[in-house]
Amino acid sequence: MATASATQRRAAELNVLARKQRSLWQDAAYRLFRNKAAVAGLIVIAAAFLVAIFADISVGDFHFSIAPYSPTLIPQPPASQMEPLWTGSKYTDPRYLLGTDFLGRDILSRLIYASRISMVVGFVPTAIVFALGVTVGLVAGFFGGWIDQLLMRFTDVIYAFPDFLFLIIIVASFRTSAFGKIMDGLLLIFVAIAIVGWVGVARLTRGQVLSLKEREFVEAARSVGATPVRLMWKHLLPNALAPLIVTAAFAVPGAILGEATLSFLGVGIIPPTASWGGMINEGFPLFGTNPWAVLMPALCISIVMLAFTFVGDGLRDALDPRMKT
Amino acid sequence: MLKYTIRRLLLVIPTLFFVALITFGLAKAAPGSPFDRNPDKPPKQEVIDRWNRFYGLDKPVYEQFAMYVVNVAKLDFGLSVVRQRPVVEIIGQGFPVTAQLGLQALLLALAVALPLGVISALKQNTIIDYVSLFFATIGTTIPSFVMAIFFIYFFALGLKLFPITGWGTPQHMVMPTIILAMGAAAFLARITRASMLEAIRQDYVRTARSKGLREQVVVVSHVLKNALIPVATVVGPAAAGLITGSFIIETFFSVPGMGREYVRSILALDYPVIMGTTLLYAFFIIIANLSVDLVYGMLDPRIKVAK
Repeated sequence: MATASATQRRAAELNVLARKQRSLWQDAAYRLFRNKAAVAGLIVIAAAFLVAIFADISVGDFHFSIAPYSPTLIPQPPASQMEPLWTGSKYTDPRYLLGTDFLGRDILSRLIYASRISMVVGFVPTAIVFALGVTVGLVAGFFGGWIDQLLMRFTDVIYAFPDFLFLIIIVASFRTSAFGKIMDGLLLIFVAIAIVGWVGVARLTRGQVLSLKEREFVEAARSVGATPVRLMWKHLLPNALAPLIVTAAFAVPGAILGEATLSFLGVGIIPPTASWGGMINEGFPLFGTNPWAVLMPALCISIVMLAFTFVGDGLRDALDPRMKT
Repeated sequence: MLKYTIRRLLLVIPTLFFVALITFGLAKAAPGSPFDRNPDKPPKQEVIDRWNRFYGLDKPVYEQFAMYVVNVAKLDFGLSVVRQRPVVEIIGQGFPVTAQLGLQALLLALAVALPLGVISALKQNTIIDYVSLFFATIGTTIPSFVMAIFFIYFFALGLKLFPITGWGTPQHMVMPTIILAMGAAAFLARITRASMLEAIRQDYVRTARSKGLREQVVVVSHVLKNALIPVATVVGPAAAGLITGSFIIETFFSVPGMGREYVRSILALDYPVIMGTTLLYAFFIIIANLSVDLVYGMLDPRIKVAK
């Protein structure tokens, strides 16, 4: 660390305290981990990930599952509409900690398997949205011209189309096709969320690039002969990253909410595959008889959404205190 | 200003055209037809042909679209394929209900959010501030249909205060209105608080205080007046959120509005109804955003509307 010691020597010469150098990112991480709500959110998300992974895992001959039953197992004879054990009512069954749904399937197992859908649907479409949106936004902002014009006109139209309206129309149109049935409808939801979401990211990236590209450091890089690609990826993108990360942090729960709402309306994940929104949809007609079959998935959605929001708020405050609302 | 207004108003038409084009394209690209409702008993080919002729589905796609656009311009949205009734009639029946629900929710949201945001900004970092921030976070985070479940569980099943579903009496309206308003209220309260905090720190506020104005006067006529301008700009998006949020709430509470009709048509792939309602929704959202942009220009003389 020649530079560090040089800094320290120089600091010693000037007789000032040499503080350990911290990068912007280390600074942000430090602030994030001091935020109790954000840390709690991170823990919940990590736990949800573990549940999703260990819902059912096999490595070679080794099988492990934290779920007591298969999520689609209908026991014979079925014990349907059982309540959770702690309610102490006569409609409980010691085999089912959280009770059973209208077909007699174990609610705990279904909740565990459904966490997989929510975790996957949170992260995969967000990754697609950002890969696509950031690339288009960088190119449009950097080169301007007709690419930029095209993007802006296109986004104007998409903006008039309310996100969720667009999402539901895409999914509803294709859910009966062969494509809509791949992976119990997950693939269609991925694609639909990506189609709806990338435009906003592209617009955000473009705005960042427009304000950054006139700055001196870009001028300097250009003057020493940096190629456009290098300028975009090494100079513009890293400096535009903070708002993009914050947007991504909120895009993940947004996608989870999108899937849950679609499944709740009956156009999302195809039954009998368990998803939290779908469980609400199935249990709701009998809400008065067995509210727990609906309350449990509702609680799961609430907790996960809150966790992601806390992390998102924490990231926003950590990355740019000026953005704080 | 007038020129700008006219230009923005004229832009509404091409935007709606593209919304129609996208919806129409999706409808045509989608597999399945509204006529094969029952897979066990598919209708005879000659029956399908007759239906296709009746609805004009035997013509080339571009011709169908052109016909649709011309008809929409005459405010004719076609016939519901599933219910054999004009779409205009279906929308006309549901719209007053949706509008009432939406307006009630918007007023409630404003009535709760503005005082809450103002008070928590004036009492920043006190317990009042933390409690209202906590509720704002809950309100923006928990999805409306999940919130509705908790509400029904506690207030309808538990305390038996309100009927679970339906529409008509004031008791029926309480829960849908509150839940629909919640997201918008939380969002508006956060914006109000942030904007108040920014206004409080301005130099002109310090000047007002230092010249000895009473605190009340400072808050009302110096802070509030300026702090509410950014709030006015997000009322548009908030109203748009209410419009799209209403179809989930209406489905949930069996409210006979346009939103429930919309969800029903989506489940049944009743494209004339889907397209009609989508266009209307898009229209309201465009108008909501447009009116905000225009009002913003009037409220804040610093904003010079370009050209």
